[in-house]
Amino acid sequence: MNESVHIKASGLKKVFNGRTIFSDISFLLTPGQTLLVTGRNGSGKSTLVKILCGLLTPTAGSVDRGGGPRRSEAALLAEIGLVAPYLQMYDEFSAVENMRSALAMRGLKPAAYDIDVVLQRVGLYARRADDVRTYSSGMKQRMKFAFALIHSPSILFLDEPMANLDSEGMEMVRGVMREQRSKGMLVVATNEVNDVDTFDQKVNLDDAARR
Amino acid sequence: MTTLRADRRFSWLRSVIAVYAKDWHSELRTRYAISALLMFVVTTIAIIMFSLGSEDAPPEVLSGMLWVVVFFGAMSGLARTFVMEEERGTSMTLQLLTGPSAVYFGKLLFNLVLVFGLNSVTVVLYLLLINGFVVKTVSIFLVTLILGSIGFAAAATIIAAIIARASTKGTLYPVLSFPILLPLLLTVINATRMAGEGAAFSEAYGEFQLLISYIVVVIAASTVVFDYVWKD
Repeated sequence: MNESVHIKASGLKKVFNGRTIFSDISFLLTPGQTLLVTGRNGSGKSTLVKILCGLLTPTAGSVDRGGGPRRSEAALLAEIGLVAPYLQMYDEFSAVENMRSALAMRGLKPAAYDIDVVLQRVGLYARRADDVRTYSSGMKQRMKFAFALIHSPSILFLDEPMANLDSEGMEMVRGVMREQRSKGMLVVATNEVNDVDTFDQKVNLDDAARR
Repeated sequence: MTTLRADRRFSWLRSVIAVYAKDWHSELRTRYAISALLMFVVTTIAIIMFSLGSEDAPPEVLSGMLWVVVFFGAMSGLARTFVMEEERGTSMTLQLLTGPSAVYFGKLLFNLVLVFGLNSVTVVLYLLLINGFVVKTVSIFLVTLILGSIGFAAAATIIAAIIARASTKGTLYPVLSFPILLPLLLTVINATRMAGEGAAFSEAYGEFQLLISYIVVVIAASTVVFDYVWKD
């Protein structure tokens, strides 16, 4: 567990086309902690996740992901794993090619990572050599998990993690979530969580929109 | 500390090469840019050839037309690097994997190789098929071709990154490229004319200096601008 990494959100606000999506979101997430982001459709769950990952700039406020000011962007990105509906894989590549390419683009050596083990875990090992364009939507969702887990990130963001998955896939997600709690930080954005009480912190964006 | 810095540098270099390799791998599977470039070059040179017939056009006209083929050929294929990422929705994946500078230099490397390939094919076809196009000073022509290709790739890469976010990509690309590429086009056309007229290599120093300055300015400005273009 990388103890220098944390997520400190301070006064986050996002405005799109003059409409305030949410405002005044603040929290501190430290290693071993979990955060649940809930809210109705259009409340900004995905927007908040993108801001926390550094994919979107907030209108106001800031996100500190630890590591100090001298830390390179690549090093910060290496701490992040994201599974989200808006994250697309390269369709013309196979699962293995996507994973190798992703590791290399992260500046890592693909040979040092056991891609097959991760693909086995998400249930895609048998189809590892097939192009992603031939996968079903559920298989693509599993592929996103493999993509997010291969580099053992300290912070795992799951935006609607159960989307398109069958019962076996959902069980795999629950296992990933359990494991991440012991390895680092977990941020889940969804309305489909039964065990809400198991999360250390909660952000309800329906409340944030009313502020 | 030195080891850490060297390791970061190697990691950045690995990312740049990986972005380049990913684009090539994808290009070899889809053949989107190569096909567009080749089709454009072949049809345009064929049209020039038929319209000239057996007439010998002056060298300055022929050297100008060579770069017109290169300009529009480049416009038909070089935007692909960023436009495809945007259209397939993979830009966010790329943003999550590596920093903006690695993406920019990886894409620049891809466009460089593509432009060198395009220019080589164009020049060979042009020399073979167009009556009256001769190169008397090969050294001037080769240096112009190399520097011109680098300049084209550098400008095309940053313009592609800018227009990839726009809704009218197709028309915006040549329109936005023309004023940015105009100094480069005028210089390479002039240098090509000098090569055709048999000028001494030293006479083209001024043109080469202009081309090198253009390349340095465009790449330096691009590295600064790209951070803002790439993220929302």
